[in-house]
Amino acid sequence: MTSASASELKPIPWKLHLSVLAVAIAFPFVFPSSFMVNFGVLALFYAFIGQSWNISGGFAGQLSFGHVAFFGVGAYASTIVQMRYGISPWLGLPIAGLAGAFVGGVIAVLSFRAGLKGSYFALITLAFAEVLRIVSNSIGITGGGLGLLIPMKIGAENLQFAERSGFYFLILVLAAGSVAVAEWMQRSRFGAQLAAIRENEDSAKALGINVFAEKVKVMLISGAIGGVGGCFFAQYFLYIDPLIAFGTDKSVEMLLVAMIGGAGTVYGPLVGSVLLALVSDVTRTLTQIQGLSLVLYGGLLVVIIAFLPNGLIDLFSRKRGGGKAGSKK
Amino acid sequence: MDANIIAAAAINGLLLGGIYTLVASGLTLIYGVLHIINFAHGSMLMLAMFGVYYLLTLLGIDPYLSMFIMVPAMFLLGYLLYKGLIGRLSSGKDENILLVTLGLSILIENLALMFFKGDSRTILVSYSDTMIEVGPAFVPLPKLISFAVAMALCAALGLFIQRTDTGRAIRAVAKERVGAQLVGIDVDRIFAISYGIGLATLGAAASLMMPIFYVSPTVGHVFVLVAFTVVVLGGMGSFLGAVVGGLIIGLTESFGGLFLGESMGQIGISLIFILILLFRPSGLFGAKT
Repeated sequence: MTSASASELKPIPWKLHLSVLAVAIAFPFVFPSSFMVNFGVLALFYAFIGQSWNISGGFAGQLSFGHVAFFGVGAYASTIVQMRYGISPWLGLPIAGLAGAFVGGVIAVLSFRAGLKGSYFALITLAFAEVLRIVSNSIGITGGGLGLLIPMKIGAENLQFAERSGFYFLILVLAAGSVAVAEWMQRSRFGAQLAAIRENEDSAKALGINVFAEKVKVMLISGAIGGVGGCFFAQYFLYIDPLIAFGTDKSVEMLLVAMIGGAGTVYGPLVGSVLLALVSDVTRTLTQIQGLSLVLYGGLLVVIIAFLPNGLIDLFSRKRGGGKAGSKK
Repeated sequence: MDANIIAAAAINGLLLGGIYTLVASGLTLIYGVLHIINFAHGSMLMLAMFGVYYLLTLLGIDPYLSMFIMVPAMFLLGYLLYKGLIGRLSSGKDENILLVTLGLSILIENLALMFFKGDSRTILVSYSDTMIEVGPAFVPLPKLISFAVAMALCAALGLFIQRTDTGRAIRAVAKERVGAQLVGIDVDRIFAISYGIGLATLGAAASLMMPIFYVSPTVGHVFVLVAFTVVVLGGMGSFLGAVVGGLIIGLTESFGGLFLGESMGQIGISLIFILILLFRPSGLFGAKT
């Protein structure tokens, strides 16, 4: 799907990481209005779940159309243990991560054991998400089609912040963590093995890489991040239902922010999510036309695949001089 | 449970399956010849359904007659889409073309949302409520028509592929791309024609469906997974498979609703899809790869 350009292989300088972090920390102080902080929360949230897609879809090349499965399972897991057993949502975050990783692992073991790859893997993940949507719509513990409304109990100990900036800094920490995971993938032996699998599975096997195990591992990591994202989302909006938790839309958005920003790059999902948030806010303020932002985004996806297979981030790395043009295959 | 209710569900399921067969036959043709998975299939169907809707509401053309406009129109759309976009991008990994068709479907769906708004629409024709007695069941006339015409069209498409020169060229390209080129077949043109025919079946399906189903910009979602399930169940690229698969899926949906309730009943199709991909990816009639 994508191939690493020369610039990606060079590690990102620490100065760049620190500047991005500094800008992100300064953002709510420079723009303290509730509108802008909400914008920041959503941009970082999509960067976070986009990174979940990017880790398996970008770095490992395992294209998925059903990544929302991890998100939804995480959202339901943390919400259900909170509402039924009074478990703090702070604990819900790791519980959601475990739940997401579990589902990621199950889907991976089943699909990769059956030898599914490429488009077939993408389609089966879509079907798994659909099964989860139907089940959550039909059973009692998830509240069925009505969904679950989390009771409002403002207080940092309940992960319900009086100020939006509380949510902002929480998602900033999570997003920074996901960037750290991506950066580790970039530098580690594990990441290099995944890149080999992405480029050519047969030669990766010939090199002695345990393709099956590595692919399952990456789905565990990706699922965990997606699950944590689900818990955050449920706490931010205090509501979850089967269509929000397992609808196709979020799978597509996760894929879009990563693909458009730059699949298989550390900052691709952030670039994509900031752009998505900007485009949807600008079109909503200026035009009132429903659907326009996704029209632009769908069109952009086609253009990206045709001309910029490494995503928008390629434009920046080319400017930095190190990168060669996205090598098409 | 009453045997009559079960028989009625079976009849309804088979009739529904006829439509699924037609929708899936286009998908399987595109896969069989071009080896691409057309993720935009659902949104193209939605587009064709809006075409039928507006031909009736604006020009007063009966949905069945509008088939004679929609089939050529969708063929042309497919032909041009292939020549202008998909053909240029279809080299390289198969995931790329999947992503391109995904991008297309996002684009089309949201353009439809912009122009047609999000609400669902239905049409009313004089025969909408005419019921016909079939064995133990009363079925709406449009469902019977849709089944009969869908089956006839599938047979016609099969004959076209088997008997005509273009059909032979399509089969040649599907089997052996390079060989077909060597004997002088314009492969690129055959690809464009195949993609066009794949979408043309949706034009016919839309005409048959509008008297039964509602249309909204997101209606394609409902059909896209169904169509993929029919195709993998029957075997990617297999015509006979699309027919058998379509009928089985129609029955699955009907019985699922009967035994598991409306909400849980939808699970059958997704489960079949998963189980087939995991345990028998070549489907019922597909060639082993």
